[in-house]
Amino acid sequence: MNEVARKPIGRFVPLLVFAALVVFFVIGLLWNQSHDARFVPSPLIDKPAPEFRLPRLENPTQFVTKADLLGKPYLLNVFASWCFACGDEHPVLMAYRDKFGVSLIGYDYKDAPQDARAWLDRHGNPYHEVIADQSGETAINFGVYGAPETYLIDAKGIIRYKHIGPLTPDVIAKELEPKIRALAQEGST
Amino acid sequence: MKRLLLAVLIALALALSAAAFAIDPLPFKDNVQRDRFQHLTRELRCMVCQDESLLASNADFAKQLRRQIFDMMQQGKSDKEIKDWLVARYSTFILYDPPLAPSTIALWFGTPAILLAGGIVVVVLLRRRTRPAGAIAEDPGDDW
Repeated sequence: MNEVARKPIGRFVPLLVFAALVVFFVIGLLWNQSHDARFVPSPLIDKPAPEFRLPRLENPTQFVTKADLLGKPYLLNVFASWCFACGDEHPVLMAYRDKFGVSLIGYDYKDAPQDARAWLDRHGNPYHEVIADQSGETAINFGVYGAPETYLIDAKGIIRYKHIGPLTPDVIAKELEPKIRALAQEGST
Repeated sequence: MKRLLLAVLIALALALSAAAFAIDPLPFKDNVQRDRFQHLTRELRCMVCQDESLLASNADFAKQLRRQIFDMMQQGKSDKEIKDWLVARYSTFILYDPPLAPSTIALWFGTPAILLAGGIVVVVLLRRRTRPAGAIAEDPGDDW
């Protein structure tokens, strides 16, 4: 008796299993659309930035070290003249350079210095300082694997935030500026 | 039969060619070190071209990291030390073999759990079918 009563429901089991699969597929599709698998979270967040000693782009006989930049928070923007997305990001940096409230340091990545200089001459130079890593060896320690990438480094030299891919007004407003404001508050207390 | 064999051979040849790797003139001490290098870099992801290993990729990024790994091997670093060094910079994402961690529990145990659940369903269904003959006779239209 009991079995007979249960059977009609049992018939819907395959349908339910199929529906569950469809739900999983839809979740997977939506997740893929909202997450870019190229953007891997950095393990260096809240860890000290690596030591570096790199020549200035404008004057390669002068070197800039991590210690030179300590004392004030700054943004480190990895770019290159060969990097297509950096061209998209460039106008944004030009517009925001004086609005960030922290200095913007350019990190010229695996680039011929003359190419980088020509690129900045042509498009304008948004950076307060540009350092050049021609070999890309220092960039390995920063975990750089593509340009553009942007790091927010605090006064003590700790990496507080990293963005992979071009900065957009949206990313700046939603992610970067709150982080910079939080740093400013830490600094004043 | 001959045709099948041919198809299998072609599939095999294609699979093997896909496993070919980028070649740098790295001066290995001996074949043991070269094999170790190839084994290690095959397990590491090229972050730029994520579906390729560091061994297989021709990206500039992969070339540079191959050189770096080669140098670390010359310094006598173990595979684990080299992997830790890479993970500290690029996160565990660089490992093709994911470590067991809170964030990977679903990955490690999800499939066995689903398999187990499916097995339980099958067992329950089979048990129901092996009921006394009378029960089955009462049960027409059970066609799945």
